[in-house]
Amino acid sequence: MAKGKNFLLGIYKDEDVLVGAVSKVRVAGVRIHEVYTPFPVHGLDEALGYKPSNLPIVAFIFGLTGTICALCLTILTMGYDWPMVIGGKPFIPLPNFIPVTFELTVLLASLGMVGTFFVISGLKPWGRPFMFDPRSTDDCHVMAIDLDRNKLSKEEISQLLTESGASEVNSKIVE
Amino acid sequence: MQVTSPVRPPLVTGGKTVSDVTVDICKQVEGKPTKSWMVAFTISVITLAFGSYCLFWTWWEGIGVWGLNKTVGWAWDITNFVWWVGIGHAGTLISAILLLFRQKWRTSINRAAEAMTIFAVLCAASFILAHMGRPWLAFWAIPLPNTFGSLWVNFNSPLVWDVFAISTYLTVSLVFWYVGLIPDFATIRERATGIRRAIYGALSLGWDGSAKSWSRYEAVSLVLAGLSTPLVLSVHTIVSMDFATSVIPGWHTTIFPPYFVAGAIFSGFAMVLTLMLITRVVFKLQDYITINHIESMNKIIVLTGSIVGIAYITELFMAWYSGVYYEQYALFYNRAFGGDYLWAYWAMMTCNVISPQLFWFKKVRTSIYWTFILSIIVNIGMWFERFVIIVTSLSRDFLPSSWAYFSPTIYDVGDYVFSFGLFFTLFLLFTKYFPVVNMAEVKSVLKSSSKQQTK
Repeated sequence: MAKGKNFLLGIYKDEDVLVGAVSKVRVAGVRIHEVYTPFPVHGLDEALGYKPSNLPIVAFIFGLTGTICALCLTILTMGYDWPMVIGGKPFIPLPNFIPVTFELTVLLASLGMVGTFFVISGLKPWGRPFMFDPRSTDDCHVMAIDLDRNKLSKEEISQLLTESGASEVNSKIVE
Repeated sequence: MQVTSPVRPPLVTGGKTVSDVTVDICKQVEGKPTKSWMVAFTISVITLAFGSYCLFWTWWEGIGVWGLNKTVGWAWDITNFVWWVGIGHAGTLISAILLLFRQKWRTSINRAAEAMTIFAVLCAASFILAHMGRPWLAFWAIPLPNTFGSLWVNFNSPLVWDVFAISTYLTVSLVFWYVGLIPDFATIRERATGIRRAIYGALSLGWDGSAKSWSRYEAVSLVLAGLSTPLVLSVHTIVSMDFATSVIPGWHTTIFPPYFVAGAIFSGFAMVLTLMLITRVVFKLQDYITINHIESMNKIIVLTGSIVGIAYITELFMAWYSGVYYEQYALFYNRAFGGDYLWAYWAMMTCNVISPQLFWFKKVRTSIYWTFILSIIVNIGMWFERFVIIVTSLSRDFLPSSWAYFSPTIYDVGDYVFSFGLFFTLFLLFTKYFPVVNMAEVKSVLKSSSKQQTK
């Protein structure tokens, strides 16, 4: 039987206590595996040392692709492939192409960004996440600490979690 | 440090805890359908069936079954289309613009408003398809390589802009709504067993609520809101250009884009109120959708209603000031002070400009009954607005010998009934099987909403 990974779970009821606890635990030199919360907690990513997401840049790149595609589509079809005189307008009336260009920019930016979000976060219909504690989708915040990747002993980390305001400290072995 | 305002009223009343939010919102998803839901659903399905019959005959026989004539070539079809698209706008406005403005009161109502958007846009699309007469050729509006030679769509045409605008709007709204639903599906998944767990598990896409995912989720929400805000404004602007870029007196108006957008928000908020007032009673959500929410929405209604009122007056002023005879005829003699549709014009004025002014009184805007009545009046008024613009302008064109009066047939009415059946059937299915209030977002504002909530 393969040996499982040992985790220690600090359960927090209050989001402000959680953010304080994350900072405290990290200052003590403990590496946090991940924190699971039922709702977005502001300041948690800074406390965990996460960098701001690059997804806005992804959206910009996809948006730019949309702009270029739309301009190519409108200019090439109406200006070169089959130019027709419509209402005496020039073959490439750029202002008239702006609505379509704008819509395609927004469409590609949105779909591209959300698609990237799904891919990098591993979100898929057949995804079955491992939940340390199902209460983390209800009313509890769960701080998971991988004991094998920390120098401090289980007792020391457990005490640290309790001192930082955890309402429960549980251990869990993950196969 | 958590900053709380002692002045602001709580966003969620009843001293709810985080756990209470889960229980209250999941209750209708997990329980059996209530009797009132069953009654409403049955009525909606019957309405949908009757409407589908009329729509089927419209498609089978062609749009000759409508009351259109050679002068009035657009009537209820485009009126309904513009009306439904407008209704959709409040959903995006609540989710996107209020998110950017950090208006936390949006959290209780954004989910249902977004759902309303999607269903309203679907209803609008049904009229676009129906008014084509040959809906199986709808793909002609999409720029596809074809066998007619290199014949492409006309990108100069606002009708083609509409195709792009409406389809983008539907797609982006759907994505925005779904991304918001993912964490709540995960909550339901963790509480469910068996087949329900499998279904909600698939819908939740394996969401685990990790801090990393939330960080990305928030970035996605913010950018989507930033993209949706100009999108929602562009959609109704483009819809208004269907008219404004033509040469018909009464349509050829530069004020149309902002005027249509304000009207859309106005009617959209009215529909959100109508639906939310019913939903909060049926699903006992009075603690989540409070009088404060209703009052805030009523304030937006009085603002947008006044903007619409100014737009009506500006139209009259510009007709006079421009000195264009045809414009003056269309606006004064055929719309405001004469013509066959005088009744429709003044119905519109009464419903849209005069009646919302009652919301200046705090007693009226905090009253459930007044809000419900006025929200329906506003929706009727906005339908008349679209009708007045379209039908009065067309009914008396440049050639008096071709002037005609439009009377709807049973199929005009039936197709409109179809859209109501479709809308309410989808909305009722949504309220039963999806969490009607955004649990994750409500939980995040529960504590900071007021001092009373801090325990």
